[in-house]
Amino acid sequence: MNQLVQDKANSPATLTNGAQATLAAEKRELAKRWFLVSPAMIIIGLAGLAPLTIILFYSFMSPGPYAGISFEPTFQAWINLVMEEDLFEETLGLNYAHGSIFARSIGLALGTTVLTLVIGFPTAYFIATRPLSQRNFWLFMISLPFWSNLLVRTFAIMMFIREQGFVNHVLLYLGVIDKPLNIMFTPTAVWIGLAYAYLPLMVLPLYASMEKLDFRLIEAAYDLYASRWKVLQKVIIPLVKPGIVAGSILVFIPSIGAYVTPKILGGGKSLMLGNLISNQFGTSRDWPLGSALALFLMALVMVALIIYVRNESRNNPHG
Amino acid sequence: MSDSVAIEVQGVSKIFGTAPEQEVKALDDVSVSIAKNEFFTLLGPSGCGKTTLLRLIAGFEHPSDGAILLEGTDISALPPFQRPVNTVFQNYALFPHMTVAQNIGFGLEMQARSKAEVESTVSKMLDLVRMEALRDRRIDQISGGQQQRVALARALAPRPKVLLLDEPLSALDLKLRKEMQLELKRLQHETGITFVFVTHDQEEALTMSDRVAVMRDGLIHQIGSPVEIYNHPDNRFVADFIGESNFIEAELIAADGKTGKVKFTDRVEFDATLPSATVETGPVTVIIRPEHVTLTTNNSHAHLRGTVNNSVYFGTDTHYYLTLDSGEEFVIRQQNQRGEKSRVNAGTQVGILINDDGIQVLAN
Repeated sequence: MNQLVQDKANSPATLTNGAQATLAAEKRELAKRWFLVSPAMIIIGLAGLAPLTIILFYSFMSPGPYAGISFEPTFQAWINLVMEEDLFEETLGLNYAHGSIFARSIGLALGTTVLTLVIGFPTAYFIATRPLSQRNFWLFMISLPFWSNLLVRTFAIMMFIREQGFVNHVLLYLGVIDKPLNIMFTPTAVWIGLAYAYLPLMVLPLYASMEKLDFRLIEAAYDLYASRWKVLQKVIIPLVKPGIVAGSILVFIPSIGAYVTPKILGGGKSLMLGNLISNQFGTSRDWPLGSALALFLMALVMVALIIYVRNESRNNPHG
Repeated sequence: MSDSVAIEVQGVSKIFGTAPEQEVKALDDVSVSIAKNEFFTLLGPSGCGKTTLLRLIAGFEHPSDGAILLEGTDISALPPFQRPVNTVFQNYALFPHMTVAQNIGFGLEMQARSKAEVESTVSKMLDLVRMEALRDRRIDQISGGQQQRVALARALAPRPKVLLLDEPLSALDLKLRKEMQLELKRLQHETGITFVFVTHDQEEALTMSDRVAVMRDGLIHQIGSPVEIYNHPDNRFVADFIGESNFIEAELIAADGKTGKVKFTDRVEFDATLPSATVETGPVTVIIRPEHVTLTTNNSHAHLRGTVNNSVYFGTDTHYYLTLDSGEEFVIRQQNQRGEKSRVNAGTQVGILINDDGIQVLAN
């Protein structure tokens, strides 16, 4: 009896002590987590956020006389991004040179995405329908080009498509053409080069979602009067859509900012955004414009990412 | 005659594997004809070829030899989407990216039916399987039993000439399975469509079918109504696979068409029914079902004698496991009466009375 009374008297105090102890433990846990993520935070801060802030700052400054910047705030770089001052009439007009580069970059990035999708889809389907023991071999073959440097691969494709290259030899031999195709230093060369470089980035996510595909569903559709084309359209494509979107994003992003491939395969007439930006920091000595262009490119990529995220959340309403 | 036949399987063989040493004969010269509006069941253990035969009718596989006729037309070479035959798959294979109604309407849409027709048929089908309330649910939002109904409705919606069902009840729990057995019978009756049902569950086959084909090792061992299959199994495999059986060595002393006379070691003669294949007089194996005999403690006029080894109480009946004087094992199923005190204990010498028409002779 006495014991019971004592317990009752003690219990609120004990509870409070317990709660305090829990709170302290939670605080310690939180501190530990911050400590563990701090290296990543420092890297992101120093190598990501800080340079971005500098670029954003530069884009609102004037170009310095010998590269660099001079600290005179102006919106000139952002105006120059899309507008151009007429040399003689001193009026502003649209900057067609920039416009054509933007258009070419977006067009080539989209074109690359489509080409890799058209080539990658059947490739991924082929791999996903192989026996389990053979799939790793085919995936290995797909990722093999990644083992060598992008520069080396770009020169390799150059050997392939140049005037005296393999493609022209074969086409001439087969009689498809009667004089060598002039692919080098055209947007077509850049297109082929980009597609070659980024094909694995399309095939791998496509394969990942096709591997999860229940092939009995294809049989079911086939049984319910769907022809092969309808099965593809109504069952396979909707079910592997997450893979299609992921692959497209993964190809589109590096393609739109490509630098090496257009520089080597495109020559001077097929500049893309990446080359334009590099020119501003190099020969043109307009760092503010280069900064503004870099941020503009980032914005384009962000738009693509937002489309991707939206699509993902629609597909996984619970996730 | 041919007007009433839905499916005619003519001497069909199916060999899997390309290299000669890897060849597997899944079906070996199988012939069967399935009547219109029939509930026909392919019954057998796994690997007997029943699913292969179903897939051949559906068009997922093509026969290595022989032909499959649908209402008199050879369909062996047609792809699945050109056959007026639909399948209910074992795992249902419902489209996860579509709603219940979209799943049911899929076949009709692929047949390019008008929107109004698709809609009205889908509503009718939802009504038929009692799923109206769930028409806009996604497949992962409904239970296994409901998925089963959707799969049925999806396959029935295009009004196929034949509906193929590949062990559709195996994933359901016992209570739901019983419910769906009745439901399937009702659907078959209401739609008037020929059902070809594949199962390894003999009870399912007996309760639902008009006719059953018992298969093993790529061969059909017997075709008949559930009563024929149960009471007059042709051979040991069929007798053993369906229900419980006592196999007794006996001597056939006279055979005349469907009936004959057999005698056991103690020289008592019995009438017996004969299998469809001709049997020579001489030593034979006969089967006696455990419920077609009566246990008696007064063994002076018993037909067979033995000792009780064990008895198991099942509520409705008691199973007695005996050893006959001839050394053979024997099971008896005796219906229980209330207040009955006459349960026979292990070790008791008992007699067995064989009921009239209780003996079936098996083919060798």
